[in-house]
Amino acid sequence: MSNPSTTTAPPPVQLLNVQVDGVWHQFPKGTRVIEACTQAGKYVPRYCYHPKLSSPGNCRMCLIEMGMPKMGADRKPETGADGKPVINWIPRPQISCAQDVAEGMGIRTDSPMAQECRKGVMEFLLINHPLDCPVCDQAGECRLQEFSVEYGNDSSRFLEEKVHKPKHVDLGPRIVLDDERCILCSRCVRFTKEIAKDDALGFVDRGSYSTLTAHPGRRFDNNYTLNTVDICPVGALTSKDFRFKMRVWFLKETRSICTSCGTGCNTVIGSREETMYRQTPRENNDVNSAWMCDYGRLNFHYLHDERRLTAPLLRQADHTLQPVEWRKAFATAAQQLREFKGEEIAVVASARMTNEELYMTRRLADALKCSLVDVVPRTGEADDILLSADRNPNTSGAQLLGIGGDKLGSRLAEIVEGVRTGKIHAVVCLGEDLSEQGLDAKVLEELPCLVAMSILPNATTRAATVVLPGSGFAEKRGSMINVKGRLQRLNHAIPSPGDARDDWEILRDLIQALTGSNGLYMIEDVFKAMSNDVSALQGLSLSKIGDLGVQVVTEAESREVPKTPLETATAAQPT
Amino acid sequence: MAITIQRPPLTLKEKLYVPAIFSGLATTLKHLVNMLLGKTHVAMQYPEEKWDSHLPSYYRGAPALVKDEHGRERCVACQLCEFICPPRAITIKPGEIAEGDKFRKVEKFPQAFDIDMIRCIYCGLCEEVCPEQAIFLQKQYAITGLSRAEMVHDKEKLYEIGGLKTGLVHKWNDKK
Amino acid sequence: MDWMFILISLAKILGVIFGIILPLVSYTVYAERRVSALMQDRIGPNRTGIPLSLIPGLGLKDRQMPLLGGMGQPIADAVKFLLKEDFTPAHVNKFYYWLAPCLAMVPAILTIAVVPFGSSLWGVPMVIANVNIGVLFVFAVASLGVYGIVLAGWSSNSKYPFLGGVRATSQMISYELSMGLSIIPLFLIMGELNLPKIVEYQIQHGWTIIPFTNLHSFAPGLYKHHTWRGWLNWKEIVMWVPMMISFFIFTVAIFAETNRLPFDLPEAETELVAGYHTEYSSMKFALFFLGEYAAMITGCSLIVTLFLGGWHIPGIPDGSHGWIWGLVNIGCFFAKVVALLLFFIAIRWTLPRFRYDQLMRLGWIFFFELALVNILITAGIMAIFPN
Repeated sequence: MSNPSTTTAPPPVQLLNVQVDGVWHQFPKGTRVIEACTQAGKYVPRYCYHPKLSSPGNCRMCLIEMGMPKMGADRKPETGADGKPVINWIPRPQISCAQDVAEGMGIRTDSPMAQECRKGVMEFLLINHPLDCPVCDQAGECRLQEFSVEYGNDSSRFLEEKVHKPKHVDLGPRIVLDDERCILCSRCVRFTKEIAKDDALGFVDRGSYSTLTAHPGRRFDNNYTLNTVDICPVGALTSKDFRFKMRVWFLKETRSICTSCGTGCNTVIGSREETMYRQTPRENNDVNSAWMCDYGRLNFHYLHDERRLTAPLLRQADHTLQPVEWRKAFATAAQQLREFKGEEIAVVASARMTNEELYMTRRLADALKCSLVDVVPRTGEADDILLSADRNPNTSGAQLLGIGGDKLGSRLAEIVEGVRTGKIHAVVCLGEDLSEQGLDAKVLEELPCLVAMSILPNATTRAATVVLPGSGFAEKRGSMINVKGRLQRLNHAIPSPGDARDDWEILRDLIQALTGSNGLYMIEDVFKAMSNDVSALQGLSLSKIGDLGVQVVTEAESREVPKTPLETATAAQPT
Repeated sequence: MAITIQRPPLTLKEKLYVPAIFSGLATTLKHLVNMLLGKTHVAMQYPEEKWDSHLPSYYRGAPALVKDEHGRERCVACQLCEFICPPRAITIKPGEIAEGDKFRKVEKFPQAFDIDMIRCIYCGLCEEVCPEQAIFLQKQYAITGLSRAEMVHDKEKLYEIGGLKTGLVHKWNDKK
Repeated sequence: MDWMFILISLAKILGVIFGIILPLVSYTVYAERRVSALMQDRIGPNRTGIPLSLIPGLGLKDRQMPLLGGMGQPIADAVKFLLKEDFTPAHVNKFYYWLAPCLAMVPAILTIAVVPFGSSLWGVPMVIANVNIGVLFVFAVASLGVYGIVLAGWSSNSKYPFLGGVRATSQMISYELSMGLSIIPLFLIMGELNLPKIVEYQIQHGWTIIPFTNLHSFAPGLYKHHTWRGWLNWKEIVMWVPMMISFFIFTVAIFAETNRLPFDLPEAETELVAGYHTEYSSMKFALFFLGEYAAMITGCSLIVTLFLGGWHIPGIPDGSHGWIWGLVNIGCFFAKVVALLLFFIAIRWTLPRFRYDQLMRLGWIFFFELALVNILITAGIMAIFPN
């Protein structure tokens, strides 16, 4: 089952000859000049241009020298001694972000004129920019800082007082604006209009007094506001959540995916030592373009909840839960489970688990000879941008591995009923809370065997006979399949707290305690075993999935990747 | 291209090596005898005799935070010293200055600032990298303690050592 | 073998090891620190005295303790080593890691068993084990010392100890050859391997490298057992040359065997951190440290026994003249040893370290050949001047 987009032959593209800094290259028609320069290895500095947004051409940082072929008397380009067209250079600089390449075009990205233009633009931009890099959260990933070092002056010639603008503007529930730092690139304005479809931001006043603000009476509070923090080239827009928490140069970047809904936006986790500080979207044009929603982005603080389960717990004779060694916990769980027949046991898994963990769940159910296995479905309201109605990140994976039958959750009622009537004596609950399924604490406490794996305490763990502390999404490796059928990887960014362990390891050891050694030592072994069992995953391995994932099943839900008006227009245009 | 250096030819006496051993022994024994006779006097008997009055202005002792004459703690928790510190002795927990504070415009301050003096190597890179003139190496060199915890200088201790420093740039007052 | 013999032997063992060797080791370390300090215009450890202020009844303040010129330092060091955290890194091979320090320390002390450190005391010979293969025993046991170092280097499972261990092995094996060969001329002349008898021979015929110690001018006639002669004969004068060569090679080999500068490549700080004992701390490190100095003392004892007349000094009678002379003889022996130790220390703080290839070339190309030739010369002299 392959991606339908790869099966259709790509339409023929016209290639144009363009000279970049004296070297002739070929670029497909429709390429932006600034992109052509980047492809030719000549980076042109830019503030307002963003490949996923429209180009207003207002920062003037990407000024270059441009020329078109010199036309002879016969209206044909004159050719020089090398057989290439002679270029007529335009005497004034041009912005490279708002123009497409043309046949015979000449570009100079580093000529004296271009250099002087950049230096001038930098000086103008820095006139009113405050010198507060030590307290600015953008420092370290600030374009203004970087280009100032690379292209700017070493000191300021500006003696007058700087223009003062509002600071600490509470733009919305998640965003703080510092107008003095703003360089009026308008990326945020365009993003919220074009991608978030919420025209909430704009500029007021003129000249040096131009100020970014939310429309009067409006709060900048849509579900995509934090993307503006990512694209802001300076520290004008900062995230209330990440503000002053950690300097970006300390953050270790781990490529992972968001696990808050079925979309599975590609992310970069920023962590330092044992703490995760933020996650930012990572470009993947098949999943999330370059964006992610605020809900998913901020849904990681539970990893550092002080209530996290950090040691295996065992129900004692006095009915309290006491921490024990892992070995003891596994032995006790296995001993308790062995006392019941397969039809007296139920396994409730979660579609928030990775494929590897779900596969191990399947093996656990086999080891228990238990057929009553299901996962808990979880839905929410979808929007038409990124957020999916399916709030489980791995529903497709659970379906592919055949856990819970054709429709997820169809056997839950049977399990609940079985527990109520006393037909089921033992429940293995993995990452879910049974009280949400209508089983109150009293019923759960009467179960002679309730093995609960979780990362946070809930009604189920409080009633459990054995509690196994697992790992959060940033603490483990594994793979998930999103609603579009794309297999993607999670990566390990931070260590699990205390004695908590990788979920797949817990399941492996539990199976081992039940049936003896199973030869699985690394998560790669689990994936290998899984790919041998599941035909859709045949020939794959964790490393073959890559950072951008691979399509393994057909789309369960058809969903457009957010596109700019320009991208939509070019896609529709026949070339 | 490899360059071969012609070594000077050795005389028989030099080749034997043994005479050189004895002339070396003579040198070391001369020093030994001079010390025994009290002719050389170089070492200083430390706790009784101290070199404090001779410490040069650039002497690198314990790093400490300073406040300026307005009573403002100059550190804004930019964490550059934490970044540059070769033995990773510095740990900073940044925080936001509360609304209504006298120095609210500075926005950021260190909630906690710890220097582990067991780790500190007195290199002075923290002082050099500080964009706010907030951390200076003082002349204290006898940093002692009876436990590891005692050897961690917290913010209070750092301000106690650093005290007040005048004559610094006031960019937050002037430029904003 | 009656119980009296066992008791006396035990008394000798305990007396020598705990009464002489171990204190000598710790004060050699102290001497090393003080002498090196003085050679470098420093003062060295001069503070540690007896902490009388810790005894509550005396009412002494901190500064009022007798400093003794820092003579308390070895005691403080020992206490420190005993009380330090005994750390075993996770990555080591535990069994050999623990075994190595013992193997480094034991052979060094074991060797002293056959060395006569005095004449006799109340009729008891001042040697722990009077065996007739004394020198062979010394070589057999001393070469076991290399196992301690090799195991330490290998079991530490870390690159610097490993390099140190490899260096130590090749160095010690190389120099053992020339060490063994260098004293064969002695046995050619003396026809003895028993160390007390070698000393006896030297008393009669003069010290190996100072053969005129048995002349009349040195002997006021206190001996009754020995005949005293007027002057050296030709054989003795000619034989002096190979004896000096033997002494030279043997002394250098002892330097190399004990890993002392200029042959301390197994623990060259500038290259290997601390060499084979990098991963060791606390008492396990102390055992290496003690082993090294004990090996030095054993080496010096051997030099004294083989070349410098053992406990004998011309004009001083042996223990059969009274227990006081027996004690004086023991004193003479250790005085010679201490003088040699000071020489070892002086050399250490004077000479730079060899390069490894130079060390190997010196051992294999120079000393090995020289020792072989030396045997031929001795044999030749013995053939030319038959008795």
